[in-house]
Amino acid sequence: MKVLVPVKRVVDHNVKIRVKADGSGVDLANVKMSMNPFDEIAIEEAVRLKEAGTADEVIAVSVGPAQAQDVLRTALAMGADRAILITVDGAVEPLAVAKLLKGVVATEEPGLVILGKQAIDDDCNQTGQMLSALLGWSQATFASEIVLAGGKAKVTREVDGGLQAIEVALPAIVTADLRLNEPRYASLPNIMKAKKKPLDSKTPEDFGVTVAPRLSVLRVEEPAARTAGIKVGSVAELLDKLKTEAGVI
Amino acid sequence: MDSDILGQFLDALDRFVRERLIPHEEEVSETDQIPPALVEEIREMGLFGMSIPEAFGGLGLSMSEEVQAAFVLGRTSPAFRSLIGTNNGIGSQGIIIDGTPEQKQAYLPKLASGEMIASFALTEPDAGSDAGALRTSARRDGDHFVLNGTKRFITNAPRAGLFTVFARTEPGSRDAAGISAFLVEAGTPGLSLGPRDRKMGQKGAHTCDVMLKDCRVPVSAIIGGAARINQGFKTAMKVLDRGRLHISAICVGAAERLIRDSLTYAMERRQFGAPIADKQLVQAMLADSRTEAFAARCMIEETARRKDAGQDVSTDAACCKLYASEMVGRVADRAVQIHGGAGYIADYGIERFYRDVRLFRIYEGTSQIQQVVIARGMMRAARG
Ligand SMILES: Cc1cc2nc3c(=O)[nH]c(=O)nc-3n(C[C@H](O)[C@H](O)[C@H](O)COP(=O)(O)OP(=O)(O)OC[C@H]3O[C@@H](n4cnc5c(N)ncnc54)[C@H](O)[C@@H]3O)c2cc1C
Repeated sequence: MKVLVPVKRVVDHNVKIRVKADGSGVDLANVKMSMNPFDEIAIEEAVRLKEAGTADEVIAVSVGPAQAQDVLRTALAMGADRAILITVDGAVEPLAVAKLLKGVVATEEPGLVILGKQAIDDDCNQTGQMLSALLGWSQATFASEIVLAGGKAKVTREVDGGLQAIEVALPAIVTADLRLNEPRYASLPNIMKAKKKPLDSKTPEDFGVTVAPRLSVLRVEEPAARTAGIKVGSVAELLDKLKTEAGVI
Repeated sequence: MDSDILGQFLDALDRFVRERLIPHEEEVSETDQIPPALVEEIREMGLFGMSIPEAFGGLGLSMSEEVQAAFVLGRTSPAFRSLIGTNNGIGSQGIIIDGTPEQKQAYLPKLASGEMIASFALTEPDAGSDAGALRTSARRDGDHFVLNGTKRFITNAPRAGLFTVFARTEPGSRDAAGISAFLVEAGTPGLSLGPRDRKMGQKGAHTCDVMLKDCRVPVSAIIGGAARINQGFKTAMKVLDRGRLHISAICVGAAERLIRDSLTYAMERRQFGAPIADKQLVQAMLADSRTEAFAARCMIEETARRKDAGQDVSTDAACCKLYASEMVGRVADRAVQIHGGAGYIADYGIERFYRDVRLFRIYEGTSQIQQVVIARGMMRAARG
């Protein structure tokens, strides 16, 4: 069985984000970029499936600028067998990515697609769900455990009320939550070996998909700076302030 | 290595240092031990084989690449660096440069993977800076040599599987000319270890005496085989440039760490109604540290580049070692000063670095020995 893992190049999670002065977006000049952390978890899970003998091949795919090669190299160093880069300059929206992934699925015919539950840049949390709809495959989102057996995936999902166990028929779409696993480090010898693994380049035209944005960003703003708190003398005073000043109760 | 791969490599190392090594610094220092599971992670990361050729399972980094890696690795406790230091440096380079094909095959893959730790046993109780005066004897006995003597302060000896032991093969000689380098495996009868030395800093990195009493090794244990009898000191000298540049780069990494910690502290700590970083006398300390660390970085990058281009960099590598190790001493001293009382208190880790970096001015040639090497190099060049 092949496992397909889409990975996104995003601002590194250690970077302190700054909004551009003209409010048109986030300043990406000279900012360190890395693989979306949830996608690292997805890659790790796929590689573990391969190590356990459940999967035979792990394919990483990224939709993004030429530099997204870097995150694919990281995926290869973590244990993916080969990679596909679909080069798109500028912003891509979840629907366009899902359509491109549908095209990749058509040629690769994976038994399972594992995605991160969301990307930490736009936090859309849509691509996996859209891909599932486009393919007509079952979906199991926010996975904290995946067990494959008998053509089915038993997935434990992290939902607001706690954990939910569901079973979906393969092929299926699973999206990875934070507690699914702890991704390994790309070791230095594996980074060197990853140089020799295949990395194919594609364009949206290869899949007959147009990636022109359907959404327009009006304005990006910094969240309001937190102001200093105050100390209250009693519970009664607290309740009073919550009612009259904060207006939350 | 193309620049993309190098960038990815340095990023991965930086992340490993930040997420896995820095959080363990205090524990390593308190317990005087690197937890075995962490040693295993360091092994898996590939850090033992950075400078060993790819053909033997290492990463085959050039000097320029190795110093970039050392700049990153230097940002955490030198104890971690010490663990992997001998396999990448003095413990393996002699075999790489002068070893026989059999010796390379037998040891380099194990050293690259970290399965075996190498130690370099040159110093003796009565031979430190004047290593050429060493007394450990190697008496010929048929196709064997019998080693007798004591080696002092040997890094990683308590963990080592392989020792490069320097001993006198030319009985009446008194100088460097009569010395050979032997590869002696741990467990060889006659080789024993003293108790661990108690040190000022770099807790978690261990040294001890290595004693040789009628320790029999075959002639084939000489690095380079019988052909290199009495050539051991030359082998030792050949590995020095690389080692000096590596240590220099570690000093820069440590300085950059201390500067970052000092800057963060100075911008947060308020006295007289403002952050102490606003005080010009504090700014002077920050600026001097930054300038000196930057100067050292540039010297090292330039010297590494010229070494990779095949030029003789002996004098300049000594300049780098002298400047970088003295520089990090000053930077650590200023870091304590900027932190005030907190700098002296163990919780902040600054006093730990202050003690740790003191060693860099002493081993792999003291500062005075570097000065002697530099001046001699200058005179040699002037004479043509
Ligand atoms: C933690 C640690 C780890 C070590 N690891 C190893 C190892 O793995 N393998 C190994 O072989 N050795 C190792 N050493 C030994 C180290 O290399 C020596 O300590 C160092 O070379 C200095 O020698 P010494 O201690 O005998 O000092 P000495 O040579 O006695 O020097 C004492 C002082 O005299 C000065 N001096 C000496 N000669 C001259 C001169 N000609 N001109 C001017 N000044 C001079 C020195 O600079 C120094 O200030 C280690 C030492 C330590 C502390």
